[in-house]
Amino acid sequence: MKWEPVIGIEVHVELETQSKMFCGCAVDFEAEPNTNVCPTCLGLPGALPVPNRKAIEWITKIGLAFNCSISERSQFHRKNYFYSDQPKNYQISQFDVPVCHDGWIDVTVDGETSRIRVNRAHMEEDTGKSIHVGESGRIHSATETLLNFNRAGVPLVEIVSEADIRSAAQARAYAQTLRTVVAALGVSDAKLEEGSIRFDANVSIRPTGTEAFGTKVEVKNMNSFRSLERAVDFEILRQADILDQGGTIDQETRHWDEGEGVTHSMRSKEGSSDYRYFPEPDLLPIEVTDEWRNEIAATLPELPAARAARYMGLGVDADSATSLAGSDALTAMFQSSLAAGAPAQVAANWLTGEVTAWSRRAAIDIADSALTGAHVAQLAGMVAANLLSSTAAKEVLGYVLAGEGDPETVAAAHDLVQINDSGALESAVDQVIGENEDQFARLAGGEDKLIGFFVGQVMRVTGGKADPRAVTDIIRSRIG
Amino acid sequence: MTNPADLTLVEAATALKAGDQTSVALTEAVLTRASLTEAAVHAYLTIDRSGALAAAEAADRRISKGRSIGPLDGLPIALKDNMMTRGVETTASSKILAGYIPPYDGTVVARLREAGAVFVGKTNLDEFAMGSSTENSAFGPTRNPWNLDTVPGGSSGGSAAAVAAGSALAGLGSDTGGSIRQPAALCGLVGMKPTYGLVSRYGLIAFASSLDQIGPLTHTVEDAAIVYEAIAGHDPLDATSFPGPAPSGTERLGEGVSGLRVGIVNELSGEGIDDEVLAAFRTTVQRLASAGAEIVELSLPSTATALSAYYLIAPAECSANLARFDGVRYGLRVDGGTVDEMMSRTRADGFGPEVIRRILLGTYALSAGYYDAFYGQAQRVRTLIIQEFARAYEQVDVLVSPTAPAPAFELGAKTQDPLSMYMQDICTIPSNLSGHPAMSVPVGLSATGLPIGFQVMAPALGETVMFQVAAAIENLSDDIGRPVLEVVAS
Ligand SMILES: [Zn+2]
Repeated sequence: MKWEPVIGIEVHVELETQSKMFCGCAVDFEAEPNTNVCPTCLGLPGALPVPNRKAIEWITKIGLAFNCSISERSQFHRKNYFYSDQPKNYQISQFDVPVCHDGWIDVTVDGETSRIRVNRAHMEEDTGKSIHVGESGRIHSATETLLNFNRAGVPLVEIVSEADIRSAAQARAYAQTLRTVVAALGVSDAKLEEGSIRFDANVSIRPTGTEAFGTKVEVKNMNSFRSLERAVDFEILRQADILDQGGTIDQETRHWDEGEGVTHSMRSKEGSSDYRYFPEPDLLPIEVTDEWRNEIAATLPELPAARAARYMGLGVDADSATSLAGSDALTAMFQSSLAAGAPAQVAANWLTGEVTAWSRRAAIDIADSALTGAHVAQLAGMVAANLLSSTAAKEVLGYVLAGEGDPETVAAAHDLVQINDSGALESAVDQVIGENEDQFARLAGGEDKLIGFFVGQVMRVTGGKADPRAVTDIIRSRIG
Repeated sequence: MTNPADLTLVEAATALKAGDQTSVALTEAVLTRASLTEAAVHAYLTIDRSGALAAAEAADRRISKGRSIGPLDGLPIALKDNMMTRGVETTASSKILAGYIPPYDGTVVARLREAGAVFVGKTNLDEFAMGSSTENSAFGPTRNPWNLDTVPGGSSGGSAAAVAAGSALAGLGSDTGGSIRQPAALCGLVGMKPTYGLVSRYGLIAFASSLDQIGPLTHTVEDAAIVYEAIAGHDPLDATSFPGPAPSGTERLGEGVSGLRVGIVNELSGEGIDDEVLAAFRTTVQRLASAGAEIVELSLPSTATALSAYYLIAPAECSANLARFDGVRYGLRVDGGTVDEMMSRTRADGFGPEVIRRILLGTYALSAGYYDAFYGQAQRVRTLIIQEFARAYEQVDVLVSPTAPAPAFELGAKTQDPLSMYMQDICTIPSNLSGHPAMSVPVGLSATGLPIGFQVMAPALGETVMFQVAAAIENLSDDIGRPVLEVVAS
């Protein structure tokens, strides 16, 4: 490849603390517009910020999960820019001394693991939301703008990677891994579709084998992991095209258009590049003592990477282990399946396969389904005992997920249990032979393709509950 | 008999306790005084007659039942109009906030309310507290009751003029570079700025957050100490609030200065100071020496750069603090074709020239490429000043200087020359940069009958000794009396 992509990812994570970053207002996105507001988060004259200790604890947790150093004293800064949904026209953020710095996470693509360095994770506050009222819903043709300040002041953690990412697939894997870790920490609901976790990509390319960075372009507005990957891919190709034709890349911010599958240049806000950062005089430095940091470290849950490694130790394949470990609901279901006696790999297959597919199709969270670990163990037992064909087992699982009952009950109710009684099978075979003597003579005479006809007839007679392999064996024994 | 409007807080409280006065009578007296003086003085932007009388009646009910809630119960006080008062218009003397009714009380206002104080109204100031004469008000200047041709100082000139004129028994001001002490000096009052962090800033419209402090303007040192004690103390709503208990203001008021070491800051007591002010300063220092204080002359060279540092730090902070006034959520809105245009027009129309000058200065000082040379350098100077003062306080208990370089000047005399106006605060600014407490005490009158102030500065949390020295100075000085206003006399 002629060009090497150089990619950095900036992630904004909304913390799900009870109250906002600098006031006592509730963090609640369902509430009626402008009901969770007060003088501080509305930027009324005279109001002052008081930092939320829980948010500081949680960003420290995030930093520790990403192997960051934690600053003993970090500093809030004011980031100055005018925007109508930003109540003070400055954002309280951090600048030269963030809470967390110099960490890393491992990211795996196609079995190959790379270490992506995390430059920093800093604490800031979210803005309000603008709703542009007008024909297109876009700002430039809006006739009115409605402002909702319920989100203003919600604690936001910005996690900035180094430019260590080298492909769109790796960018996606980084984002997915990061989301999984944040979700596992329980500090955010980390939902892309609701904007509680948001990804921006800085993309540049350089001739393969060189060191100097190219001009970087910031790409925004990716609402899914897939669109992140597509947007980065598009941007790499767009830049390569320009450079191949002897052009130059403009340093700019571009907007990903999901429908068209392209990035568009955003009208640049003049002066927006100089935020005139200065230390926030209303706030003292954030102190995270060694003692507090250690207390926080002790509360860290088992993180997905460690959990996946543990599952692989139980004999689960790497892909399934990663999928299980990345989801709280799957992890819980898997653990209870093991506890009920299900074999690890079998339970893993069901959970990452059929169960996950059903959950997506039905748009029902696995945790909210009727399925239990005991069900998984029972189902695995029935398949092992040859009581269910694999096709029947899938059907049974569907009924269990739909809440019809446990696998044994459901299999019986739907008449899906295999006939394992050899006497019953033999008499069914003999009955079919008796009804089709001519065809049997031809089979016995060497016309072997007729075996399929006989198996089919036996399946018809047994209502599909016979094991075709056992039926075949009995028919052959009759040929002698 | 003294008109009740001319009582000190202590005298008024004593009269209330003895049943010789009622809060309603005191309140009526200051309201009547205001009705006589306001046309000439214009200390107030808003007078809340009904609110004040209702509070006074409530105080009288408490007092008559023997349930007074403290030394300020029932006493009429004026609030600078940059302090949030629930339900009462608060403008910071800016067109951009004309008509703004706050939904909440600032912490200081709430504490005084709980202490039973009666709020007469909201006093005039230089717009957003930026100025030293109260001429930069969108609603017209305030005049000095000692001489109506002169300014009362600023930016807390409205509160100072109200107390001097007797249209309140005490007032609250805010001090960012001298905005309590300089008007106190020019209006013949005691004015005090506490240690940074001792008084909550919650509900004070921010000018320069790292410098602003609220403090009292009163006739006597004891009155100032009483108001200071009522408003000081930790506030969980202000993250920069000092967590420990506030030092006492009243504890050592009568103890004199014998054995105390008093430092004269050479740099603040010579060049640029008017002869009469310097003479009054020296006389007072001699009186302190005679009273047993040890006088030490000190050099604090960094004070020479304090003014420059202040005029980078304060505008830088104000450029961000005033960004919220944009026409979107409250206050003035001047419509435009786009939101950006609306914001620009609102701000251009809503802010006065001095405010715009400082926002521009501050924006420039923070700009990329200039930050280090301006804001960064100013912060280094500030650190130097803090260190130099800290070393000085190892040698002395308090530092002293004149408060303002000259007595009150005529209206309009400096409005065309911002730099000479900025020089008004040359002696007061260092204490804001260092965060230390400082206060002004009246020590005499000029030949033309204008008051002259004397500044006492103390180390961080040194309020007790500062009040002690100030009270001694008050005792050693000749009483300057009260201004004589023809409208009142006739
Ligand atoms: Zn709030």
